[in-house]
Amino acid sequence: MAIEPGHAVDLSGAMVLAPTTPADWLVVGPVAIPIVTGAILLMARHETRLHASLAVVGLLATLLCNIGLLARVLDQGPLVMTMGRWLPPFGISFAADALGASLALVATLVAVVCAFFATADIGAVGRRYGFYPFMMLMMAGVGGSFLTGDIFNLYVWFEVFLISSFGLLVLGSQHRQLDGATKYAILNLVGTTLFLTATALLYGTFGTLNMADIARKADGVRESAPLTTLAVLYLLAFGMKAAAFPVNFWLPASYHTPRIVTAALFGGVLTKVGIYALLRTLVMLFPPELELLSGLIAWIAAATMVIGIMGALAQTDLRRVLGFVVISGVGVMLAGLALGTSEGLAGTVFYAFHSMIVMTALYLLAGVMNGLGGSYSLSKLSGLYATNPLVAAFALLLILAAAGLPPASGLWPKVMLVRASLDSGQPWLAFAILATGLLTTLALGRVFILAIWRPRVAAGPKVPASPLLGYVALTALSLPVVVMGLYPDPIIAVAERAADAILNAPAYIGTVFPEGAAQ
Amino acid sequence: MDTLIFRTIAPYLASLMVLFSVFVLLRGHNEPGGGFIGGLIAASAFAIYGIACGVAPVRRALYFHPMAISGFGLLLSALSGAVSLFMDMPFLTGQWTEISVLGLPIDLSTVLFFDIGVYFVVVGSITSIALALEEREHA
Repeated sequence: MAIEPGHAVDLSGAMVLAPTTPADWLVVGPVAIPIVTGAILLMARHETRLHASLAVVGLLATLLCNIGLLARVLDQGPLVMTMGRWLPPFGISFAADALGASLALVATLVAVVCAFFATADIGAVGRRYGFYPFMMLMMAGVGGSFLTGDIFNLYVWFEVFLISSFGLLVLGSQHRQLDGATKYAILNLVGTTLFLTATALLYGTFGTLNMADIARKADGVRESAPLTTLAVLYLLAFGMKAAAFPVNFWLPASYHTPRIVTAALFGGVLTKVGIYALLRTLVMLFPPELELLSGLIAWIAAATMVIGIMGALAQTDLRRVLGFVVISGVGVMLAGLALGTSEGLAGTVFYAFHSMIVMTALYLLAGVMNGLGGSYSLSKLSGLYATNPLVAAFALLLILAAAGLPPASGLWPKVMLVRASLDSGQPWLAFAILATGLLTTLALGRVFILAIWRPRVAAGPKVPASPLLGYVALTALSLPVVVMGLYPDPIIAVAERAADAILNAPAYIGTVFPEGAAQ
Repeated sequence: MDTLIFRTIAPYLASLMVLFSVFVLLRGHNEPGGGFIGGLIAASAFAIYGIACGVAPVRRALYFHPMAISGFGLLLSALSGAVSLFMDMPFLTGQWTEISVLGLPIDLSTVLFFDIGVYFVVVGSITSIALALEEREHA
């Protein structure tokens, strides 16, 4: 309601009265910009020629906003904005700390490269069916998930990116795409329902959905409330999203069916949102319950990484191999969660950065190889070293990165995780991580030998697709891979800040509730 | 549904429903109603028109593609939330102003435009789905 000028109303009990500076808007930019761009793309649905450039511009603006946000968060601590000026926990807060801001930045970086690569991969028909609007809305959902400070709002953003991802998945309407999408949709909806059930139980227990509010009230209700049940439900729900063993089967069933750029975006970004949600809920909201569950999570982590990579060894379709490599990476990230120490969590965060970039790059590489060799099948792909040595170079670098070998980025997070496991007296977890590295080398080395080194066994397409755009995209993703591998200190520093941000809940609570108001 | 009565009455019924949906949308600011339910009423009007007279006349009457209408609504909602940027207030904070049209005071607010945006999103997406289903039925 409009406030009549004559009436003096004290708003300080209901609203945030401190002025918001334009710099505070950095926290909503990563969500608002993709939504606005997506809306414009929907309105310009017939001008498909403009779609790619509009999407790239929108994502670049989002990227700039993300860079500004991360710089500010690293400089001044978490940035909070509560929508509509209502005081939290009544208003819905966006709260960016080092974890959310850094993951949002890497995800947007990956999306920019994918949008650029899609100019070659997605034809006029795909654009007509809305590839770019779906992609923008999906990135809005991903950004919202990383930045929101409200658990029900997190659910809403999960839905936003899931529904957009359904659209991306069925683009093309081929039989096997619909088949993959059905499995993906049903299993993800089961996960989402669990998430919603857990959130309803949580609201019944706490009477609040604001994550900072939950974190500060958890100690008070721990005696009587079913917090362990909540933690297990969240573990199961987000474990499904993240594709942790034994609820990972939707991923290899669906990720090989869509366009390769869609698979790249999914493989890079979506599972990490699940990991992020696990970190946010278990580490920040329910630390004692996490400690109780850490043994179970450690077993899940080891099983996910080892069984995932053994699946990769058994596949003959390049995209299915990569799907299983994604799963095994999820296991490595869960290892840090199981340890729950500062170093372990920092290793998980660093591995998430690395995995987003490397998995996207590997999928794009598969797309380039398919363009050159005419197939994704390892029995048909061959002789690429002779025709395109540059592809071999990219492949070698990315395989080293995925396996965790120097000079690429996979080495350092694995070093951190192995050291953290040994420090916590769990040498078997360190052994599982190292064994997974070896098996990844084997699985991807097999790809390298068959598709690249082997002399040509089958004729490729008569006119191979020009890989120029692919080279540009792969270069853009390989640069951070090499830089993170050779000069990891700043990334490790950011990852440690991110781990501290969730381990140190009081600091986060303090930024959402500045003077302890609104009990 | 090819009955004479239905085909004759459908255009009038549809236009009444669209009018009513606008009433519900504007009423929703202080009383039950609003963009979502208003949008649903308008979408059902277009669906009825489509069932009676076929999908092509509906598409012609709408002029814009339903998805484009949806996109416009999303844009309107997002931008009405961004007005508060210039008032040093957080995203989605309502801003009010009063204008005078021919001596009549009219309250305008960003909240109203947000709701109009919701109306268009719902009209666009539900109409899009309804028309696609009706098209399949006729084909």
